[in-house]
Amino acid sequence: MTWFDTLLQILKGNKVRLIAHVPDNVLTPLINAVAADNYFVSVGATREDEAVGTATGAYMAGLRSAVLMQTSGFALIANALASLVVPYQIPAILVISERGTLGEFNIGQTLVARTMRPTLDALGIVHHTLTDQSTLRFILDSSIKQAFTTQTPVAFILSPLLTGGNPAAHAHLI
Amino acid sequence: MTGERTTVATLNRTALTRRLVERLKHDEAVIGGIGNANFDLIAAGHRAQNFYMLGSMGLACPIALGVALAQPQRGVIALEGDGSMLMMLGSLATIANMRPANLTIIIWDNGIYQITGKQATATGGVTDIVALARGAGFPRAEWVRDEAHFDILIDRRFEAGGPVLLAAKIDDKPGKGRQARDPPLIRRRFMEGLGASRD
Repeated sequence: MTWFDTLLQILKGNKVRLIAHVPDNVLTPLINAVAADNYFVSVGATREDEAVGTATGAYMAGLRSAVLMQTSGFALIANALASLVVPYQIPAILVISERGTLGEFNIGQTLVARTMRPTLDALGIVHHTLTDQSTLRFILDSSIKQAFTTQTPVAFILSPLLTGGNPAAHAHLI
Repeated sequence: MTGERTTVATLNRTALTRRLVERLKHDEAVIGGIGNANFDLIAAGHRAQNFYMLGSMGLACPIALGVALAQPQRGVIALEGDGSMLMMLGSLATIANMRPANLTIIIWDNGIYQITGKQATATGGVTDIVALARGAGFPRAEWVRDEAHFDILIDRRFEAGGPVLLAAKIDDKPGKGRQARDPPLIRRRFMEGLGASRD
């Protein structure tokens, strides 16, 4: 089973139905699968903080939700996390495709990637870097359950070690 | 300033918010954007289905979209200022494409960032928020001509399908209510008001 099949299965198993997303190459099969499956409400947002807002509204109205984004998009959501998700105790499920490391050609991506974990740490948001299939299911399922039970957000960082990274980015390396 | 915005009456947010709340008979969810939109929503009397933002400028409409998608049988209203709306214009395109028939956005447009020192917004210049919503693909977006027209627009907002955006040109008066400052309590009361459980 691919990493995105596992992720989809665990989202379903935890009744996470609204998926708000901003495009990313690595996330493409996941986004396409969500859009093709009537179980999910797929919301293509124009910005990542917008996606966080919609996911928050859905959760508060009884529909569990998750947000898909890439590393650079995470840099847009610090304020939404600090003034909405964390203080209002929203169990936001943040799935972040990691760029900027392990074969990145774009210096901007390498720099913005370094702001991600310090931002999550500063806000006290639990984050897991997912690197391999053998631990993927356990980390995802237990952490999503923990997020909803304890009313706290969680971030899953999808490492290129798990996903193979962005083929377009690799193609630019010399 | 150009277009229809120049021909409509200048109204008052506090008074219009009271008129709106008086007309809500079906436990509609109301999302108050930061600052004055919130203050006047609180001043109109707390309702169990009110959500008050504290920061996250621009996210009233995205939050309202999430509520509307989760509960398609419930009317959902976002109250947002022109400055906040300008910060999150992309959400108009998202909402128009998702087509939640139960969502109404009300823009309080005074052409200024009232709460931060009355600096001019783009809508105080040449930008028309109703035209932006139409361009985003809203099936219905209208300027509020006067208070009586506001009542009609609210009462008939579901007649031509949704989502709907209504924009009211308002004066520069600050909101009347006080800021709600207990986010977990706001969230919990809102969820109870919507019949949403933690599980």
